[in-house]
Amino acid sequence: MTTPLLETRGVWQRFGGLIANSDVSISVGRGEIVGLIGPNGAGKSTLFNLIAGVLPPTQGSIIFDGEDVTALPAAERCQRGIGRTFQVVKSFETMTVIDNVIVGALVRTTVMRNARRKAHEVLEFCGLGPRANVLASDLVPSEKRRLEVARALATEPKLLLLDEVLTGLTPVEAKTGVELVRKVRDTGVTVLMVEHVMEIVMPLVDRAVVLDLGKVLVEGKPADVVRDPKVITAYLGDRHAVGA
Amino acid sequence: MDTSFARSRRRDLIVAFCLAATAAVVPLFVKDVYVQNIMVLTLMWGALSQSWNILSGYCGQISLGHAMYFGIGAYTTALLFTKFGVLPWFGMLGGGIISAVLAMALGYPCFRLRGHYFVIATIVIAEIVLLLFHNWDWAGAAMGIDIPVRGDSWLKFQFTRSKLPYFYFALALACVAWFVTWWLEDSKWGYWWRAVKDNPDAAESLGVVVFNSKMGAAAVSAFLVAVGGSFYGQFVSYIDPESVMGFQFSLLMALPAVLGGIGTLWGPLLGAVILIPLTELTRSFIGGSGRGVDLIVYGGLIIAISLARPQGLVGLFSPRRKEAAR
Repeated sequence: MTTPLLETRGVWQRFGGLIANSDVSISVGRGEIVGLIGPNGAGKSTLFNLIAGVLPPTQGSIIFDGEDVTALPAAERCQRGIGRTFQVVKSFETMTVIDNVIVGALVRTTVMRNARRKAHEVLEFCGLGPRANVLASDLVPSEKRRLEVARALATEPKLLLLDEVLTGLTPVEAKTGVELVRKVRDTGVTVLMVEHVMEIVMPLVDRAVVLDLGKVLVEGKPADVVRDPKVITAYLGDRHAVGA
Repeated sequence: MDTSFARSRRRDLIVAFCLAATAAVVPLFVKDVYVQNIMVLTLMWGALSQSWNILSGYCGQISLGHAMYFGIGAYTTALLFTKFGVLPWFGMLGGGIISAVLAMALGYPCFRLRGHYFVIATIVIAEIVLLLFHNWDWAGAAMGIDIPVRGDSWLKFQFTRSKLPYFYFALALACVAWFVTWWLEDSKWGYWWRAVKDNPDAAESLGVVVFNSKMGAAAVSAFLVAVGGSFYGQFVSYIDPESVMGFQFSLLMALPAVLGGIGTLWGPLLGAVILIPLTELTRSFIGGSGRGVDLIVYGGLIIAISLARPQGLVGLFSPRRKEAAR
C-alpha cells in the first residue's frame, strides 16, 4: 500500500486532569471509508478536532498527505485538503444556502463567478439544488446536515471528516445520507466518519476503528469488529460479552 | 439563477446611480442654507454609517469606538494644515492611513475577544484616546483647534460663501462608501466577513482565516471613517476633542445602520436619510424649550421603529430579501 492519506502518531490530548485521547495512532488510506466508533465519551470528537486543527494535541503528531500538519491552524488544514462537518450543525444562519457553500468554494478560487458555479454543482450533487436561495435558518434538520456536507465538499477536500451526519435522522433520510457518502467516496474523496448508529455505519464503512476511554480498542473489518468481545464489553458491559 | 443574481446586483448599481444623480441636482433648487446643511450632514452620516457597517454589520464585530477614527481624521487634517501648511487633501489621506494602521494595531489584541468583551474594549480604547487628546497641549488640548480661513478654494478645501462644495464632497463620500460596500459584498472578503459574523468556528473549518478577515474589515472601515472625520473638521472649521471624538459620535455612526438594517447594502443610507433630518428638525422645532423634549421625541421614534422592524427598515424595500425569505 502507498502512504496513507492521514496518520495520527501517538496523539495525546489532556484537558486538565482528563485524558481525552491517549496514545492514539490510526491511519486512513486513500479512497477508504473509515468509521470511528465508540461509546459516549470515548474521545471521538476530540480526535476529530485534533485532526481538523481546532486545537493542537498535547503530544504526538498528525501527518496528512505525507506532511506533518500538527502545527497548522484549521484554516490552513482546510486549504491542504481536510474538510469537516460539525456534530452540532453550524450553518451560516443569516446567509442563503448557496452563499453558505460559496464560502467553502472560495478556498480554491477568488473569482466569484467560478465559486458560484462550483457551489451550484455541489448543491446539485448533494440534492439541495432547489433550496439554493433559501436562508440556511429555514432549512429542516436533515437539510442542514446536507448543507454541512455540501459546504465541506465545496472546499474540494481530499479527506472528508463527517461528525455524526447520519445521527438523529429518520430511516429514509439516513438511507439517502448513506447513498450520499458512497457517492462522495466514488468521486475520489477519502472519508473518516464518526457515527453512532451501528446498523447504518457497518455496511457502509471499509474499516472501523473503535475508541474507548481515549484509547484505540480494536481496529479492523466492520464484521469482525462488532463480534469482538472487547467491543461488546465496552458498549454493553461484561455480562453480554460472555454470551458472544 | 446566476443571471438573476447578476441582475439584482446590476439593479442595485443602477438605483444607486439614479439616486446620486437626483441628489446632485436637488441643491440647485433648494437654496435654503439650513436645509442644505441638513443634506450635507445626512450624506456624511450615511457615509460614516456605511463605513461602520463594514466592520460591525458585515463582519459582525460591533465597534462603539469609531468616534476615535473620526476624530483622528479630523485632527490629522487640522494639525497638518495649521502646523505645517499641508493641504487638507493630504491630511485626509494621512488621517485615513493612520486610522487604518491604528485599527489593525488595536485589532491585533482585541480581535481575540468575542462578543460583549470586544464591544467594551472598543469603548474603553476610544475613551483613552479622547482623554489623551484632552491633555495633548501641542494639539490644542481641551481648547481644540481653530482652522484658519484662507479663502474659498477646492485646493484648501475651504468654503465660506456657499455650502454647495461641501454638499458635493459629502455626496461623493457617500457614493464611495456605498460603492466600496457594493463591490466588497460580492467578493471573497464579503463572504468571509458574513461567515465570520455567523459562525467563526465553521468559517475557520472552511479555510477562512478569521483573524485576517477581521483585520481587513477594521482597516477599510477605519480608513473611510477617518476621511469622513477630515471632511467634518473642514466643514465646521473648529474642532475640539468632545466635538469630534465624543462617545455620541460612535453611537451616531451605529444608529443609522442599525435602524436601516445592519449588515445590509442599503440600510445605513436609508437609516441616515430618516434619522439625521429627524434629529435636526426635532432639535430646531421643539428643542428650544430647554427641557429636552426633542430628545424624548427622537428617542421615542427610534424605539417605535426598532419595535416595528427589528431587522431594519431596509426589509420593507428589498426584493432580494423577500425572495430569500420565501
